[in-house]
Amino acid sequence: MIELPPPKPETLAARPRLIAGLRALVPEDGVIAEALCLKPYETDGLAAYRQVPLAVVLPETTEQVAAVLRFCQENGVRVVPRGAGTSLSGGALPLADAVVVGLMRMNRILDINYADRYAVVQAGVTNIGITDAVRERGFFYAPDPSSQLACMIGGNVNMNSGGAHCLKYGVTANNLLGLRIVTIAGEILDIGGTHLDAAGYDWLGLLTGSEGQLAIVTEITVRILRGPEGARAMLAAFRANEVAGACVDAIIASGIIPVALEFMDRPAIHACEAFAHAGYPLDAEAMLIIEVEGSVAEQDDMLGRIRAICERFDPISLKVSQSAEESAAIWKGRKGAFGAVGRISPDYLCMDGTIPTSRLPEVLRRIGEMSESYGLKVANIFHAGDGNLHPLIMFDANDPASFHRAEAFGADILKLCVEVGGCLTGEHGVGVEKRDLMPVQFNARELDQQRRIKSAFDPDWLLNTAKVFPLKPDIAHAA
Amino acid sequence: MNAIAPQAEGEIADVIAEAHAHATPLALVGNETKSNAMLRPVQAAATLTLRHHTGISLYAPKELIIAARAGTPLAEIEAAVAAEGQQIIAEPPDLSALLGSAGQQTLGGIVACNLSGPRRITAGAMRDHVIGVRAVNGAGEVIHSGGRVLKNVTGLDLCKLLSGSYGTLAALTEITLKVLPASEAVGTVVLAGLDAERGVAALAAALGSPFGVSGAAWLPREAAARVPELAAFDAAVTLVRIEDFIPSVAYRTERLRAEWAGFGAAAILEDAPSRALWRAVRDTVPLGHASGDAIWRVSVAPSAGPRIVAAVARLGGNCFLDWGGGLVWVAAPARAESHAAITHAARASRGVWWLMRAPDALRASLDVVPQEASALARITRRVKEAFDPQGILNPGRLFAGL
Repeated sequence: MIELPPPKPETLAARPRLIAGLRALVPEDGVIAEALCLKPYETDGLAAYRQVPLAVVLPETTEQVAAVLRFCQENGVRVVPRGAGTSLSGGALPLADAVVVGLMRMNRILDINYADRYAVVQAGVTNIGITDAVRERGFFYAPDPSSQLACMIGGNVNMNSGGAHCLKYGVTANNLLGLRIVTIAGEILDIGGTHLDAAGYDWLGLLTGSEGQLAIVTEITVRILRGPEGARAMLAAFRANEVAGACVDAIIASGIIPVALEFMDRPAIHACEAFAHAGYPLDAEAMLIIEVEGSVAEQDDMLGRIRAICERFDPISLKVSQSAEESAAIWKGRKGAFGAVGRISPDYLCMDGTIPTSRLPEVLRRIGEMSESYGLKVANIFHAGDGNLHPLIMFDANDPASFHRAEAFGADILKLCVEVGGCLTGEHGVGVEKRDLMPVQFNARELDQQRRIKSAFDPDWLLNTAKVFPLKPDIAHAA
Repeated sequence: MNAIAPQAEGEIADVIAEAHAHATPLALVGNETKSNAMLRPVQAAATLTLRHHTGISLYAPKELIIAARAGTPLAEIEAAVAAEGQQIIAEPPDLSALLGSAGQQTLGGIVACNLSGPRRITAGAMRDHVIGVRAVNGAGEVIHSGGRVLKNVTGLDLCKLLSGSYGTLAALTEITLKVLPASEAVGTVVLAGLDAERGVAALAAALGSPFGVSGAAWLPREAAARVPELAAFDAAVTLVRIEDFIPSVAYRTERLRAEWAGFGAAAILEDAPSRALWRAVRDTVPLGHASGDAIWRVSVAPSAGPRIVAAVARLGGNCFLDWGGGLVWVAAPARAESHAAITHAARASRGVWWLMRAPDALRASLDVVPQEASALARITRRVKEAFDPQGILNPGRLFAGL
């Protein structure tokens, strides 16, 4: 298990006074302190870790967030920012002596401007909520993490979330124009605006993906884009991972960048097919879902080119969708992948490394060997265009030994990702889950450089303490 | 002034460590195509040039990445990716004619200035495609951030922070970029005779269409006259670009012409003239300027572009609009009054500016970029100290005293 810092005794001792102080800063029902009501906040999408916080505060305005943070800094109280609590890396895991600042009541869309193609939204608006608000005019907000029905844009900013379509449209960082943030000192700052390039240092770029280490984001100005005329998917199944990987390379080499390019290995195909009955070929070792956009004629042209490329790789089956319904059927299994794996295993860990795409066959082979030696099954889903690999490690949480093996297996996969030239996390964030693996990717000097930036924003290290950075600065190089 | 021109990263680190130990300010430069014109002049005891730290260190076309040392001429990288049918996504400009410099700009220079061309409107800025950096901080320590993969959220994103930091936080030594296939064909749809207001409205309509516009500019008549492919229109021109496969370019330019029917009868330019004219827009060829002029770059919400155009007209200056109206290139007499008028207009539209070219005395005395609010300025100072505790890297380049 991951080590958490010991709670500050003086904070625990002052709990009644702190709660009374917080109650003066937000509306009456905006402070949660009763044990039963705190329970839902004890964990996030990484449910293996649980810790009830000191209290939860639910501010409704940026000014209230500022007052709460100023109060916490004055009292030396740790703060854990939280959106919808969907983090898969434990980014919103509370500490026993921390106040959770939940942004879910800040859920208003403040402005939509089609001429300049932006929307200003509060941090607690869901990802899909932005697209829903602009859909009638044919616009959308591009990053689409799997949790987009629930996850909030404030969390997306803090984790720099991606999604299945970021091969074409980029990740969160590429789709923002401005932020309103609150520092731990309670200062309200506007970063960027409604223009494209900002002057001064790239605060927008630094804050995006900073996992709540630097400030709390309360308002976000996102770019909204006009959607394409249409989109259509195809499915291609192959006899070996290597062959599917080579096919991906050939598609990219032809100059085509599909809007999505998803890879599933044999266990993933079987799990998804059993769950969704999407018509996936069960005799395949690897399968690609490829999506293109444009007019019907453009889709036909592009899918024709891709089909011709796939045919050079002796596919077991090729299915080009002829309609939106057929496309939805092709996607159905992939989109249900997490539920599908949940059906065949009581619990699973969803890993999130990135690898150079050329190393995929080797990485999948070695994950297969680890699966044997750990005695745990694994299914692999891969954003093939950008190298983001999601192994789903299946285990039984009721068996502590099984969980510990799963954690060790996951750590070995991430070390493998770094070893072949990749990284620990492509879109889920470091959080608490991968914190102690950071020395695999960064040396002590590099971690210290990042820590000094953290200190420049948060000198007392009160914001989201014990995430991202290993607890002991002198931790031995883990590799 | 001493000029130090090391070849290896270790030597660059040694030079900076030595300067750190003695608190000796260093001017960091590449081939000096921009550093003698842009922003505030740097007062330093010595110049550290990265122009001999060169070479492409990794190019994996199938993985859409290229890495090179900071002193590598950008043209060398553009040629390498073009040979594989790929391109640098942000279409960085060559401003040597505008800035009156000779020589080839370096990869490190263009990334340190985060300069992007017309494609920025749809494909992101230079900094959006920097996926890995190696750098030497102001204490002489070699650090890296990011890597060679397209998706990476491990730790704080120093790639973006160091891009556009003008060598004031660290010396970039090696940069890894995402690249993409170059499009098969290019086409342009042109409307003649619209004023800035109507022109930007037409650009907004095109950018709000489903046709994937990858360039959107408005040029007043005298600016259009400077571009051979546009001179025949003899009028202000409103331009959008499509880059795609050949059938898509044909289809999409026709659809955009139809989309623009309410604005007037649009013309369509073919592949070769389109490539030439967008290269001219990229490199600011349309901007007329006299030798006594200063140059500004203004970034505003696109719909505010025409208000900047109006302010420049009152000054008797020249300008044109890129990025759908959101990027304004301005030339006007190099005087403090011009600066006051342009920055006032930018501020009134909640926008920002960069002073790109001016005599040393003028750029030493003005806000070359907007001052930050005091709380943010304090963070700027602390982050600067987090990288460069002695304040030796390009002191004063962005802000006086920093």
